[in-house]
Amino acid sequence: MLQIILGAVSQGLLWAVMTIGVYITYRILDIADLSVEGTITMGAAIAAYSIYSGVDPYQATILAMLGGMLAGLVTGILHTKLQIPALLSGILTMIALYSVNLRIMGKANLSLLRMDTVFTFFQNFGLSRNNAVIVMGLLCVAVLVCLLYWFFGTEIGCAIRATGNNPQMVRAQGINTNTMIILGLVISNGLVAASGALIAQSQSFADIQMGIGSIVIGLASVIIGEVLFGKRNFFNCLVSLVLGAITYRVIIAVVLKMGMPANDLKLFTAITVAVALALPVFKTYLRPLKKSLKMKEDLQDVNSEGNI
Amino acid sequence: MKKKAKILTLVLAAALLVVGGAGCTGGEETQEQFKIGIIQYNSHVALDTAREGFVAALQENGYVEEQNISIDYQNAQGDQSNMTTISDRFVSNNVDLVLAIATPAAQMVAGKTAEIPILATAITDFAEARLVESNEAPGGNVSGTTDMNPIKEQIDLLVKLAPEAKTVGVLYTSNEDNSILQAAMAKEAIEALGMTYVEATVSTSNEVQQAAQSIVSQCDAIYIPTDNVFASAMPVVFGVTAESKTPVICGESGMVYSGGLATLGINYYDLGYQTGLMAIKIFKGEAEPATMPIESATRFDFAINGTVAEDIGIEIPADLQKYVIIPEE
Repeated sequence: MLQIILGAVSQGLLWAVMTIGVYITYRILDIADLSVEGTITMGAAIAAYSIYSGVDPYQATILAMLGGMLAGLVTGILHTKLQIPALLSGILTMIALYSVNLRIMGKANLSLLRMDTVFTFFQNFGLSRNNAVIVMGLLCVAVLVCLLYWFFGTEIGCAIRATGNNPQMVRAQGINTNTMIILGLVISNGLVAASGALIAQSQSFADIQMGIGSIVIGLASVIIGEVLFGKRNFFNCLVSLVLGAITYRVIIAVVLKMGMPANDLKLFTAITVAVALALPVFKTYLRPLKKSLKMKEDLQDVNSEGNI
Repeated sequence: MKKKAKILTLVLAAALLVVGGAGCTGGEETQEQFKIGIIQYNSHVALDTAREGFVAALQENGYVEEQNISIDYQNAQGDQSNMTTISDRFVSNNVDLVLAIATPAAQMVAGKTAEIPILATAITDFAEARLVESNEAPGGNVSGTTDMNPIKEQIDLLVKLAPEAKTVGVLYTSNEDNSILQAAMAKEAIEALGMTYVEATVSTSNEVQQAAQSIVSQCDAIYIPTDNVFASAMPVVFGVTAESKTPVICGESGMVYSGGLATLGINYYDLGYQTGLMAIKIFKGEAEPATMPIESATRFDFAINGTVAEDIGIEIPADLQKYVIIPEE
């Protein structure tokens, strides 16, 4: 059981990088960006091919991130300069990337078994595979959360956040919202590709199909994180995202461990996400109930005080 | 107060999970059993039948499910992130053997454990997928069966159907790695039988007509490996070869239906069965994956196009008569 949970945590940490990327478009920019399904594979493809050709794994991961940023730039230009709706721009980039990814890898599946990855360094200290991934994942996520917290506090970062909230107001301040949207998409897809690169290295292969369904996982993690761990301020939000991604993986792992047939897993995933999405609504139903209870308590307090 | 309630719920939830998990694992170990974990990449006829063949091989040799073996079958439904969890599950349950069906499944498990024996099937080239050090001596904990196209056997079939052939022409697409590899193997097989090898290559389906026309004048029979361009352009090839009455042996049965003369191909049930026999050797302690060479299929399915045979005037030997198919117009 412990090993399964550890495995899930390690996966969750790597997916957390992607979750933060999805959060930037979905929540901050208020855009549903589907290019993610292509960029996660692109990150994996670039990293796998680079490592295969003898590039240092760390540099390979950074290369992957740059590739993802480029893909984000394409989506951004399609959306802002060519005024194609965001959903469609994302889909266009996603399908285009399928061919691009095949070109990068040269074939549909590239194996990294018995090759050095970013995790090898920690494994050399005698850590097990899962633990090495956890240490590396924690490191990445910690650096990322701090960096993003700083960045979204700068003038440009604030402008990006404001663009998602109220574009009219932002334009009135003399900021180009298109530039901010492109910038957000670039950062988001860069993170997603980096996550893809890490995932490929941890699972020891890149495969052309690996991005399928990733947007659902990303959104589910965002929502689970927000609902369970709160979104009081930006820092809390970032931490919630990481915890959300881990929770999602742990839920899946536990459910599989308890013997749910893998065939039913997709249905279960959908139900989990639906429940997580509906939780805020449930909370509003509960609020009046709580209020009336509280009122009763207060009344009793007043009564008892009156008795004295 | 609110915070306390939240913590309490979390703790309760955690406790429930642990109890639930414990409840599921208990009560199985009544007698000594081999635990087998099967990880399948996707639901797909070829992959499903390979799994059935594997289980059948175990059963027919006295390894019956719920008696002396337990099988934990998990299908990732093509979702690669699920495969990580499934692999973790097998490793933590400490299964005695993993059957991995299809390349990504095998790579995933192989990345997770270097101790548990892994048999894999429905994989074209184990060495290329970096699952083994070499196909002859795997050297690690992975071995299995390959579904590599039986090119040598297909060339043998060519000789059987066209015994007087002196020169064999090979048609393939020059920018498909898979085709280049197969053409090289075909060349080897053709020359080993004392025949002459000629080739014509294309880069797109527009060039198929010319390539076919240029090669029929130079050869007595044609071999086409599994090739995406030719798979869709077989009717074009047939238009040329029907005129010159040249027999065409193909890499897969789909091409036979659309104008090729014959092929023989992998039967995934048999391939799975063969993998099952390898598993039994491991159970008995007779062998271990590191020293078990990758096995290739030993039995194949024939497909012979009766209409084409008639058109080009080829006599089908009596022992192959039962494989003749007449495609519907």
